[in-house]
Amino acid sequence: MAKLNMVKALNLALLQEMERDEDVLIIGEDVGVDGGVFRVTEDLHRKFGSKRVIDSPLAEAAIVGTSVGMALYGLKPVCEIQFSGFAFQCFHQIENHAARYRMRSQGRFGISMVIRMPYGGGVRALEHHSESEEQFYAHVPGLKMVIPSGPRNARGLLVSAIRDPDPVIFFEHKALYHAAKEDVPDEIEALPIGRAQLVREGSDLTLIAYGAMLRLAREAAQVLHDEDGVEVEVIDLLTISPLDRDAITASVRKTGRAVIVHEAPRSFGPGAEIATSIMEGAFLSLEAPIARVAAYDVPFVGFAREKANVPDLARVLAAARETLAY
Amino acid sequence: MPRSILEPRFQVEHLSILDSDGNLDAALEPTIAPDQLKRMYRAMLLGRRLDERMVRLQRQGRIGTFAPIKGQEAAQIGSVVNLRPSDWMVPSFRETAAMVWRGWPIEKLLSFFAGYLEGGQPPRDQHDLPITIPVSTQLPHAVGLAYAAQYRDDDVVVMAYFGDGATSEGDFHEALNFAGVWHVPIVFVCQNNQWAISVPLKKQTHSRTLAQKALAYGFPGLQVDGNDVLGVYAATREAMERARDGGGPTLLECVTYRLGVHTTADDPTKYRSNEEVAEWERKDPLTRFAAYLEKKGLLDDRLEDEIDAEIAAAVQRFEAQGPPEPLTMFDHAYAVRPPHLEAQRAQVAGSLAGGAPHGTPETAASPPMRGQRAARR
Repeated sequence: MAKLNMVKALNLALLQEMERDEDVLIIGEDVGVDGGVFRVTEDLHRKFGSKRVIDSPLAEAAIVGTSVGMALYGLKPVCEIQFSGFAFQCFHQIENHAARYRMRSQGRFGISMVIRMPYGGGVRALEHHSESEEQFYAHVPGLKMVIPSGPRNARGLLVSAIRDPDPVIFFEHKALYHAAKEDVPDEIEALPIGRAQLVREGSDLTLIAYGAMLRLAREAAQVLHDEDGVEVEVIDLLTISPLDRDAITASVRKTGRAVIVHEAPRSFGPGAEIATSIMEGAFLSLEAPIARVAAYDVPFVGFAREKANVPDLARVLAAARETLAY
Repeated sequence: MPRSILEPRFQVEHLSILDSDGNLDAALEPTIAPDQLKRMYRAMLLGRRLDERMVRLQRQGRIGTFAPIKGQEAAQIGSVVNLRPSDWMVPSFRETAAMVWRGWPIEKLLSFFAGYLEGGQPPRDQHDLPITIPVSTQLPHAVGLAYAAQYRDDDVVVMAYFGDGATSEGDFHEALNFAGVWHVPIVFVCQNNQWAISVPLKKQTHSRTLAQKALAYGFPGLQVDGNDVLGVYAATREAMERARDGGGPTLLECVTYRLGVHTTADDPTKYRSNEEVAEWERKDPLTRFAAYLEKKGLLDDRLEDEIDAEIAAAVQRFEAQGPPEPLTMFDHAYAVRPPHLEAQRAQVAGSLAGGAPHGTPETAASPPMRGQRAARR
């Protein structure tokens, strides 16, 4: 057991999976000698060499496209896209091919690969370095979309993503990379994809969040307990797609109220699907309309105004109190 | 300081062995066994006859849109015959002759163009990718396959097909760049058929040749008369041997012509002249190869009837397949069906069994909530 931040925890997952399975290799920009711009692949180049930790030319489509080819051959590439804002240059390879090859070939080929991307705001970064765009991937059939919220679940989910027979989009929030250290077991630990975690039990309201928004949800739950005397249940989605509808609806059937928090823009965001799932699975238990706290439907606003756009504690509390008072 | 020359002026070679008038450059004539020559001609003729049959099937509504290959038989067969079964073939969407050579059953191809994904499934032991439709996007896959083969130290060469239009796409550039940097065993076969739907080559690139683009990526490019099956064969063989011996990638530009439509949904009279087509018909790859074989006494008069019978039998097998089973659409989205797809599949299964139609909200089938409501209110 070691106290690790998310960067080190992800690095541990990569190291152990590469030691375990020779088919696992890493490809991306600056992932080799430099160890990645966020140091997630640090030291792996030295341990495994440049054939397995590939400093690729600067081209997102070919990073993903050649990885699809490697996966077709039976390897398990883990690609790093330096920032999720640059992934539109490879979106066609993800949507047209990684997601579809199993279907297109009627099971002859599966694409077992992971595409890691740092995402999210709050780090005073320029355009294309701060967005939260998980909705695009969550909407694509054939993909899985995973977003951890802390070091231990990041490690466990990355292990599962690497072992998954299907392509997994793996978002890592930049603000979480060094935010906290957690105890991470030395032995390999895999956390199942497609399962949410109940991180706080309550009876009055369900807060649903993921990634960096989970911290906000937990803080809000504590404030509501301390100041309002209400008990809030908090769900960490961990996987956006396939969505753990059972965990969400089970909670809302108990509490009757739900607030969804995400950093992606509100319209057509994950909150829309989560809210619909609650309607379909817990409609008759609802005591109030489902609320969404999300970024506004505007393009990147510049980090000087980012705080006004990305959900904060005050907005989560306001939405929760309105829902509780309905 | 004066300007100095870093690279000498580059040269691009053009190879032609059997020209459109049937003249043979005997010094360059490749050594191909008589049986293999006969097989190659048969495959080209099969490609042509199947193409004609498929156009008719499409007009009759028995298959959907497809991209005919007429005129490109030499470019496909001259190259694909150099692959071993253990090598990988990566097609785009206009390679029916090459695919049939690799062992795709004709009825499967027909099935693919009739809208059945089953028709696009490569047989388990066959090292072929399925048809890829977005132009040039298969090229990075081919490079990835070649990288993986090299990584595992397998004796494998990858051959990737694409057209002249594809060379304008970013994925073409990225794939060739990666292939050059990684020095992988791959042969890029460009069938330059002069037209990307309605856009002629001169609007596609300001380069004099497509072959020369390879030089910028640090590997050889060669232009070959794509209607000369002997030329294509010799050029591909050289490129395959280089790849197999660790010499890295090659780009081959096969100069050919699409004698037919882009797809069955296209009308080429809108953008090109009959004179131009007639000129290329005189360069037909089958005519000159037939004349070459005739001189060698290798031409079989009964071949066309035999091929037509083979195609007819395949059409019969294709049309004997059962109606599409809707539930299979849920089988291959993921290796293991996630719960929401399980639910959607159950819904379709229910409606097929005579239950509620597909659109019924899932709430209708959640009895526990009713009990809950009673308990809560």
